[in-house]
Amino acid sequence: MMSYPQIKTVGLSGLLVTFAEKMSSPANRAALAFRAAVVAADWPEVRETSMSLVSVYVVADLVSEDIPKLITKLENLLSQTDWYAAPLPEGRRLWHVPTVYGTDLAPQLEEAAELAGVDPDTAIQQLSTTRMRVLTIGFAPGQPYMGELGENWNIPRQQDLTKSVPAGALVAAIRQLVVFTAPTPTGWRHVGQTAFENFRQTADQPFALTPGDELLFPQVSRQALMDIMKSDTSGNGGAERETLP
Amino acid sequence: MSGHLTIHAAGPGSSVQDMGRAGFLAYGLTRGGAADQMALHEAAALLGQSATLGAIEMVGVGGTFESDVDTVIALTGAEMSASIDGSALVWHASHALPKGAKLKIGGALKGTYGYLSVAGGIEAPQIMGARSTHFKAGIGGALEAGQSLPIGVTPTQRAGFVIHASGRFAGGDIRIVPSVQTDQFSPETLARFTQTTFRRDARGNRQGVRMDADTDGFFVDGGLSIVSEVITEGDIQITGDGAPYVLMCECQTTGGYPRIGTVLPCDLARVAQAPVGAPLRFRFVTMDEAREIELKARAEIKALAGRAQPLVRNPHEMSDLLSYQLIGGAISATTDPFAD
Repeated sequence: MMSYPQIKTVGLSGLLVTFAEKMSSPANRAALAFRAAVVAADWPEVRETSMSLVSVYVVADLVSEDIPKLITKLENLLSQTDWYAAPLPEGRRLWHVPTVYGTDLAPQLEEAAELAGVDPDTAIQQLSTTRMRVLTIGFAPGQPYMGELGENWNIPRQQDLTKSVPAGALVAAIRQLVVFTAPTPTGWRHVGQTAFENFRQTADQPFALTPGDELLFPQVSRQALMDIMKSDTSGNGGAERETLP
Repeated sequence: MSGHLTIHAAGPGSSVQDMGRAGFLAYGLTRGGAADQMALHEAAALLGQSATLGAIEMVGVGGTFESDVDTVIALTGAEMSASIDGSALVWHASHALPKGAKLKIGGALKGTYGYLSVAGGIEAPQIMGARSTHFKAGIGGALEAGQSLPIGVTPTQRAGFVIHASGRFAGGDIRIVPSVQTDQFSPETLARFTQTTFRRDARGNRQGVRMDADTDGFFVDGGLSIVSEVITEGDIQITGDGAPYVLMCECQTTGGYPRIGTVLPCDLARVAQAPVGAPLRFRFVTMDEAREIELKARAEIKALAGRAQPLVRNPHEMSDLLSYQLIGGAISATTDPFAD
């Protein structure tokens, strides 16, 4: 049995602090809190940080830096608290993202509801009221992987890929939701459609979301989303946001 | 003097590149930038300017270009046939490009990624701190015929210099260090991996390059149950069919395939430049060795500026003044043994 957290080198580009072998909510929260602590520590040798589901990547020049010394620094920080029980970092935001469920805009809602063992209305009720947290961002710029839906949403990815699901699509699998940054072939089921843009390359803030942010996907009518698409130039797709305490 | 470079024709996948964008890994965006950064350093040494300026990256095929001002160009990276108004040009060198003259760059003779740099740099719009196209992220895009790109203002215009390019255009030995999941592979699999001579597969681009071999796949013990994890440029991923993929500058930031090792940054251009079918072998070095090798490579990049030499012209062949035959011997005398 391996014990966690573990620290390993990533080529010559940095160190990886891993909190668990598999995805779990405590390990994801540990990564979230630990990354915030590394950022706050503001060590000169740390060039940037990122996180995957259960680990934190600390980018540093392992060619010129003293690797054992950096590992010791990370170990000291790890030993300061129980990161698996650490509170979520401050300054996170809660987004309310208007979403159309089903219709021609999101044609797999019924299929997904059936797999989740509920009727479409219940599915919409569950998907639109479960507060989702950004577990990690990846695959495409700014693209959030969000958890966690109820146990009945532990639905598998479909065997055959859907050829292309549009940008802003809300897709579901394995108790997680994703909003796509760009049109994407996928095995995740297309349950909702938003006008939310994860990545706005010419904006001052190119990325809307950051790991730890929370999202709700309230239901709106097809017409309401069409109106938003017509009038919105911010990329928020009609979403409102508030800062979490 | 500033001006514009007009593209009359460009091979598919040609784009403006620089050193890329750092600092956005947390948001799912990798650095991108030139597939062969060394080529930008060599161009900078030839032109006597910064290596961070924008240049044109050409994938296997060049194009036809014209400037509306007198300028100077540098040709680096994969060697391609090139001429100005019909006069052949030496590669790995800088040349005057008179206003209105036609610069024609043909197919790659050695290597994959060729670079056209201009005195003052190509000033494509800056997006998130860089001018480079990131195809995977949808930033910028492929160059198209008819497009005109601004050239930066520069006080220095230095034509007629040549540089000895580090040998990296024909595959060879690639040094790697253990990666996050290297210890999940059996010692037998690791040994077989380092004993195999791979061939660069036709499946390769700025995201990754597939390695082909006449051998079984390189699977981890216990199969594919790895949680999605951070991946970086240089990582060698073993995909579902057991074939290694070396991840390049536009790779994703996370991935679920196990990684058998990570290529040293200074050897990555050798992977990028290897033409289809070129032999590649992977050899583990220790972290200490890797640090030493990489430090040396960085020192060599720093010394490049002093290594550009005046292009020797042969008065008896004035009609063929800039032809590469004139300096072919001078280059091969010091060429890396793996280069050809």
